[in-house]
Amino acid sequence: MSMAAVPYVVAYAGIAGFVIAVVARLVMWARMPMHLRWELYPVAHEGKGRAQYGGSYLEDSDWWKRKREVSLWGEVKFLVPEIAFLVALKEHNPKLWLRSFPFHFGLYLVGTCTVIMMGGGVLAALAPGEISGPLQAALCKVVPVLGGLGLGLGILGAIGLLQRRMSTPELRLYSAPADYLNLVLFLVVFGFAFLTFSWVDRDFSAVSLFVRNLVTFKLGELPGSGPVAVLPAVSAVLLAGLTAYIPLTHMSHFVGKYFAYHSIRWNDEPNLAGGKQEKTIQRLLSQPVTWAAPHIAGDGRRTWVDIATEEVER
Amino acid sequence: MKEPKSFRQFGVRTASLAHFGNEDLKPLPPPFDKLEKEPDFPALSEAAKAKYEVLDDTIAVSIPKPANAQEEERLVKAFLSGLEKLLNPADNWTFLQPLLMTLEHCAKCQTCSESCQVYEETRNELYRPTYRSEILRRIYFKYVKKAPTFVHGDIDLNWTVVSRLIELAYRCSLCRRCAQTCPIGADNAVVAREIRKIASQEMGITAKELHQDGSVLQLKVGSSTGMTPMIVKDNLEFIDEDTAERTGIEIHTPWDKEGADILLIHNAGEIMAWPENPGAFATLFEAAGLSWTMSSEVVAYDGINYGVWYDDAMFAKVAIRHAQAAKKLGVQRIVIGECGHAHKALTVIADKVLTGDLNIPRVSAMAVLLDIVNSGTIAFDPSRNDFPVTLHDPCNMVRLMGIVAPQRRILEKILPPGRFREMTPHGVNNYCCGGGSGLAIMSGHNFAHWRHRASGRRKFRQILEAFQDEPMDREHLKYVCAPCSNCKGQLRDIIAYYDAWEKAGIFYGGLVELMVNAMVDAKPGFIDWEWR
Repeated sequence: MSMAAVPYVVAYAGIAGFVIAVVARLVMWARMPMHLRWELYPVAHEGKGRAQYGGSYLEDSDWWKRKREVSLWGEVKFLVPEIAFLVALKEHNPKLWLRSFPFHFGLYLVGTCTVIMMGGGVLAALAPGEISGPLQAALCKVVPVLGGLGLGLGILGAIGLLQRRMSTPELRLYSAPADYLNLVLFLVVFGFAFLTFSWVDRDFSAVSLFVRNLVTFKLGELPGSGPVAVLPAVSAVLLAGLTAYIPLTHMSHFVGKYFAYHSIRWNDEPNLAGGKQEKTIQRLLSQPVTWAAPHIAGDGRRTWVDIATEEVER
Repeated sequence: MKEPKSFRQFGVRTASLAHFGNEDLKPLPPPFDKLEKEPDFPALSEAAKAKYEVLDDTIAVSIPKPANAQEEERLVKAFLSGLEKLLNPADNWTFLQPLLMTLEHCAKCQTCSESCQVYEETRNELYRPTYRSEILRRIYFKYVKKAPTFVHGDIDLNWTVVSRLIELAYRCSLCRRCAQTCPIGADNAVVAREIRKIASQEMGITAKELHQDGSVLQLKVGSSTGMTPMIVKDNLEFIDEDTAERTGIEIHTPWDKEGADILLIHNAGEIMAWPENPGAFATLFEAAGLSWTMSSEVVAYDGINYGVWYDDAMFAKVAIRHAQAAKKLGVQRIVIGECGHAHKALTVIADKVLTGDLNIPRVSAMAVLLDIVNSGTIAFDPSRNDFPVTLHDPCNMVRLMGIVAPQRRILEKILPPGRFREMTPHGVNNYCCGGGSGLAIMSGHNFAHWRHRASGRRKFRQILEAFQDEPMDREHLKYVCAPCSNCKGQLRDIIAYYDAWEKAGIFYGGLVELMVNAMVDAKPGFIDWEWR
């Protein structure tokens, strides 16, 4: 392997690490057994205008006879602003939001910029004619704006979050060293990338080429020499490493959040008599129990059904 | 104010870890705005301190001090064993995902702190909703996942940590207001509940009022009140007679009527403490011509299910017996009276337990009562309820089930214009009464005082704020409508603690009492404004 291929290999490893970790997390949450209902209102998909005030179908005296009105649009209306602008944080913790919002929005912009560069690279390889002219000109304008703004906001947010975590007693008390390290990592990687692009790659052409090479498996050297050739590749590698690191930490909440809402907070689907849930519930209830307290005396053989239906001495 | 300054401190044995005095509290609205006139907090007795593990100014669970180091070690191992079972899909399919979501993803941003009524009123670090969760999280990562403490924080597990953590799980009312504000979806209430579960299901440590005097008694004799089937029928017969005398409307509560449409299950505490409530239900159901019955099967005439707060096995036992009674009678639906946790336990939580012929629809009394009002079969005269009324939203019924509108639609029909006022906030954003999750029925040692001053103070503040436009004296009657037995118990205790009936004319009661009070066919004055 030539030295020129090293940054590409590291970047591939970073991306693969991210994908594997995210998929592992997704699988972990998705394979969790059905749990008892634990919804929390308002539930955004409730129909009949009930989502507005937190009502549910249980307000009807014959709810099981009626067709449930579930509004996907209601969920979208809630989740898009929540994910994009961190609405709950803004409402309940505005001081933290001032720091957390630029941090998260910066990440989104950097991510979007990367996806555009990847898309541009793939398009250039598959249909070179399509990526020239006005489209190329537009991409050349959009990519540096998104990338520069994203990195800048991310840096500001990371500094703000670090400052708040260090200076606020109730955050400091609860923080482990890794909580600071995570923010420092963002600061270093984003800072390095920001300086690199400001100094040697203002139009993001070198990093765009690196990404294009990455998605087209052309592991060649970047043009130029010295910092102009090296720094963009190093930045891309650092960003890929950071990408792989994120899902290994509690920052993987971006994966968990889907399940937090759809499997827990908003999971109000009733178990109707003779419906599809009953078999699953019966299987779960037939599992052996090992809880040791005398009133359960789980011995690893008796099941939930055995324990829940046994007669009580009178 | 005395409060923990670190997590290490939690495991260091000291007399107590936290204290707040009158001087640490925010004054209430008038006429209760003089902190120096508030009742003093009675100290724990020396005998209690010598016998039981102590966390703060009070004791909820009464965990005996182990006899020796070996006993301590055995209990710590039992706690860890219980924690491992919480993570085992067979032993804890019931709550595995909600629990792990919180343990794995909390960003410790403290956004939830301001939503907790206990923390808001005391400002004591010990009661911050994330404090107990963080301790369990650190134990989980260090002792179960064997993760580096550099990443998740450190804590040394010992008996002091375990016993204090169990006590601390009973300083949370499981109202889940904190979960509502979490940007990530973490839920500190589920952590408190699962700590209670380790204690109960693995270590056999429970709050006596919930377990021995609650679920166990209910399963043995039929009700946590101690009422046997014969006694409950006698009591209802007396209530029918007394109610008929007050209203002039003959009623006979039907028992064990096979094929009825509705099996009505009250919280049996109503029958003992607020007999006008089941009396009012019977009056309304009979006047509306509903096909209904009560069951004299053991357990089935008491809707309580305390297991929902501390123990999955006890919860399932009670829920199944409720459903079995309904099945035996062949009713079309179970209607749950004015009890929030009974609502949630049987309707929502038991939804993933009851299958086959036990899967009988469960319905809120709020919905059925609204049907009665809308049907026009009963004439109401709102002018009979010509006094200011505010509504308490029971967390279990409202935030955790989404039953928000029916009770409000009913109040619109039975109150004169301008007499109803909402609390701020209300509906799904309400504050807990402070007695949720069993706290209202726990009064050992000086715990009731903690409940009034810490967990219940915010609700009392809200009530006072709701009535601030009224003269605050005994001559001007005010009604707090609380359609939940547990909440009523807590409100009764708070009002008595602050002497708010005598000083401000603040009274409390259920929804059906207001409805019967407005019934045209009933003699006026069903609500007698007699403090009991």
